[in-house]
Amino acid sequence: MNRFFDIPSDLQHSWLGLIGLHLREALLPVLGGLLLALPLAQLCVRLRWLYPPVLWVTTVLYAIPSLAFFVVLIDYTGQTELTVMIPLTVYSLVVLVPAIVDGVRSVPQETLAAATAMGFGPVRRYVQVQLPIAVPAIIAGLRVATVSSISLVSVGMLIGNQGALGNLLHDAQIYNRPELAWNSVLTTAALAVLVDALLVGVRVLLTPWMPSGSGATRTRKEATAR
Amino acid sequence: MNVLHFVTSFFTDGAHWSGYDGIPTRLLEHLTYSLEALGLAALIGLPVGLVTGHYGKGGNALTLLATAARALPTFGLLVLIVMVAGFGMLPVMIPLVVLAVPPILVTTYEAMRSVEPSPVDAARGMGMRESDILLRVELPVALPLILGGLRSAAIQIISTATIAAYVSLGGLGRYIVDGLYQHNYEKVVGGATLVAALALATLAVFWAAARAAVSPGVRQT
Repeated sequence: MNRFFDIPSDLQHSWLGLIGLHLREALLPVLGGLLLALPLAQLCVRLRWLYPPVLWVTTVLYAIPSLAFFVVLIDYTGQTELTVMIPLTVYSLVVLVPAIVDGVRSVPQETLAAATAMGFGPVRRYVQVQLPIAVPAIIAGLRVATVSSISLVSVGMLIGNQGALGNLLHDAQIYNRPELAWNSVLTTAALAVLVDALLVGVRVLLTPWMPSGSGATRTRKEATAR
Repeated sequence: MNVLHFVTSFFTDGAHWSGYDGIPTRLLEHLTYSLEALGLAALIGLPVGLVTGHYGKGGNALTLLATAARALPTFGLLVLIVMVAGFGMLPVMIPLVVLAVPPILVTTYEAMRSVEPSPVDAARGMGMRESDILLRVELPVALPLILGGLRSAAIQIISTATIAAYVSLGGLGRYIVDGLYQHNYEKVVGGATLVAALALATLAVFWAAARAAVSPGVRQT
């Protein structure tokens, strides 16, 4: 364990460098997924018939193993970070669309009617009423998407060391240094827990009307998000 | 050079249909790993979720536990356990179970909590024992949600069980991992298609199970 932070030079990064790389490869896709999911979810809320087929397509996409997704993409985007980030964007999208749709749909009719009666147009009503009320559901979806994204980046190791902290797993095997595998697993898990806690903090900040410490409401939304 | 072309040439190649590397063998292996992992995860997640949900205690501890389990990287765990404990079934089963327990546990707990209190009170007033209330009143009402949790766990297991091939075991991941090292896209795409098809079949099985097991009175509400 004394060589825990002694990263082999073939990875061309320090421990902190790998962490930065890992966060970028994991979080940019979640952001991209969120940006794609918001309009798609709004479309599903508007056109009810669209939601079931969208759910079917997303379920099939989610069932594609990440490694297979990576390998197929190599043909188009090469052995690059982009090849890892595109599937992660798709997985995030799959988690986020139902979360946002359920969240926006859970806004009571009276609230919407009140907003309309106050003279809110559809856009303003969406941004100022529906989205804020849907924040807990959206954050719950973001938590699941982020944590799984952080975990999945490691698989990128298999397509030519594009796995950031996951690359340590490869070096652990070829140099027979188990402490590097420990480092990879523990650091990745710690990152996931930290980012998760950060998202909970964001939710508390964005929804000051909700009780902050209640794990029950949080997990209920999380359960529906999946 | 498109994906559909790979799919047709993979499935029309007779060599892929027999022998130890044939589709039936690999499919059976994949199903075995997946069912074992799902069974183990359900064995852990269901009782704990049912009991904590019934008494309504420990929700926060459960959430913490689920978050911690979800944070563990599946692939990293696999490689780590192989390095520490050697090859075998154990390095595959532990990550898969760790992956599947959080959705089962959290959904079961929430499903039990979402049961309306009035029928539970009525059952208690009629003198039913706590275990009877749990199994004969709350469980039937919570069943659709519980099955939903098991379903999402099953889909994740089936997609992730492909990693077994990385540590020398079989399953549909064999095609994906071998295809990667042999630069044989046809194999990779064929394997991925099989995994997705298996996931869809699993959805159908859960849909049928829900039709059969959920009482009609619960289904309507």
